[in-house]
Amino acid sequence: MSATDLQNHPAARALAQRHRLRVWEGLPWLLALACYFAFPRYLGFGTEILITVLFAISLDLALGYAGIVTLGHAAFFGAGAYTVGMLAKNGIWTEPITGLLLGAAVAGLIGFLSGLVLLRTAGLTLLMLTLCFMGLLEESANMGADFTGGFDGLDSLPIKPIVGMFEFDVLYSKTQYLYVLAVLFVCFVFTRTLVYSPFGHSLTGIRENTLRMHAVGAPVERRLVICYTISAAIAGIAGALWAQANAYVNLSTLGLDRAATVLIILVLGGYGRLYGAFVGAFVYMMLEHFLSKLYPEAWQLGLGLLLVVIALFARGGILGIGEELRRRFRGWRNKP
Amino acid sequence: MIFGIDVISTLLGGVAAGMVLFIVSVGLSVTMGLMGFVNLAHGGFAMIGGYLIVLAMNRLGMPFVAALAIGFVVVAAVSTIFERLLYSRLYRATELDQVLFTIGLVFMMIASVTLAVGPETQPLTLPTWLQGQINLGFISYRTYSIVLIAVGTVIMLGLWLGFERTRMGAQIRAAVDNRRMAESLGINITRLFTLVFAFGSGMAALGGGLGAEFLGLDPQYPLKYLVIFLIVVAVGGLGRITGVFYASLIIGVVDFALKKYLPQGGTVFIYGMTILLLLWRPQGLFGKST
Repeated sequence: MSATDLQNHPAARALAQRHRLRVWEGLPWLLALACYFAFPRYLGFGTEILITVLFAISLDLALGYAGIVTLGHAAFFGAGAYTVGMLAKNGIWTEPITGLLLGAAVAGLIGFLSGLVLLRTAGLTLLMLTLCFMGLLEESANMGADFTGGFDGLDSLPIKPIVGMFEFDVLYSKTQYLYVLAVLFVCFVFTRTLVYSPFGHSLTGIRENTLRMHAVGAPVERRLVICYTISAAIAGIAGALWAQANAYVNLSTLGLDRAATVLIILVLGGYGRLYGAFVGAFVYMMLEHFLSKLYPEAWQLGLGLLLVVIALFARGGILGIGEELRRRFRGWRNKP
Repeated sequence: MIFGIDVISTLLGGVAAGMVLFIVSVGLSVTMGLMGFVNLAHGGFAMIGGYLIVLAMNRLGMPFVAALAIGFVVVAAVSTIFERLLYSRLYRATELDQVLFTIGLVFMMIASVTLAVGPETQPLTLPTWLQGQINLGFISYRTYSIVLIAVGTVIMLGLWLGFERTRMGAQIRAAVDNRRMAESLGINITRLFTLVFAFGSGMAALGGGLGAEFLGLDPQYPLKYLVIFLIVVAVGGLGRITGVFYASLIIGVVDFALKKYLPQGGTVFIYGMTILLLLWRPQGLFGKST
């Protein structure tokens, strides 16, 4: 086999082209923009969905790509939200875009320091440690009422207009929606570039076979800590956006509820797939929005059933089901 | 002297709470150690047991002890079905799948209980012989707490004897230490799993009923106490009955004392302690290092 044959081999071609943009990848963004014009009354809800997408993307990086099973990712969401909230409430920093960066820095720092010690463990111990670490932050926020507002949180945060021109309006979320969409886009492009880079490939390698990655000489622990830090920083941005868009911050930003919800959303959409976060957040939040108030028990029952079914039969989530169907369809078409 | 009595009453209250933690968590520890299964729905079985017991007493007028027995048997039977039909499919799955599956189960349990019984807290009225105070000579203390301590101790001794002195216990210990080796020696692991799972869930039901008086019983029970059950198991070491026992007592006493003397921020201390401990000994305080 010559070199050109090797390059034309389907597997080699797939590997070389896997990072290329596909036509459908513009679709979520066009839809999000279309929603801005089509549903002006639902922009507050739309903003919430976009923030959740960003949060789910950050978890996808840690869980879906590096295989770090964590139950405490809301710790970083809350860290970002509280950074913005505390700085704004005390009048120290109210500029939104740099506020995001500060939120990302604080969450990233917490992620780095906690990752440095927590990521030495694996499995159940890691699960417990992430859970306890989040509990620790939550209880600290609850206790330090002088700084964090305790159980009530901080409300009516004064946030400056974006670049001095576009004012946030809590009741009419036009500005928030476009602002969050823009930030989501930037973060998504960053994450997409990252997971298709050699660094991203090494993360996938660690997820698939840690022992082998050690054997080929990859610095496994350092890669995991870097990935965890980046993931925490993005979660921090999501939290900071949440605080800015709602102009308040409370304990719900770092509880088990939020951590479990984002995990469910990611798995529902399909983890390790980038776009799973979009699909999962959209489907979950729509269902929740329209079902949970009407039939709260039925919603919870259905959600539980859905999780059980996903865990038992459809581990790739909605996108995984789509891929499976497409594969079967192709197999059926290619049969003579 | 007053101070001494204060310390003793705190200790007694903490130990009584620890006994309930032990009775609920021991099954979780053994299932996690034996099958390596991250069962977040364990508290759900405790809740269902607690509901059965309280409803049997309040609506059918059953005596406390009979209701406890019913709760144990029914939950053990139901969990056998769960184990055979659902859990057994996921023994070889990843932790993530097990976590999702059991969180899903918890949601379904919460929703079913809310639909069937209602969202309000179910009160447990203790029979008269368990109410009031008992004089221990040096201190007079709540009868129920003393009974809990006695019951917990008896259960601990029984489990320890069963674990250390019977053939079945030896098989379980062998399977915890080395499953493949135990299997090659002809131990029927599948049957062992089912039995242990059913027994552990039954114990959880018992703990749910015994603890309903001070832990409260409402549909959010499995999520509310999930972390503390997990902490007990992680601190005690997987699959170690004595480990879970000591860990339950330590956490019971520490939690009780913190709530009494430091009502603000006691939980921070428990979380912090657990993190430090797990970083120091990932296998738990009493677990064997691998």
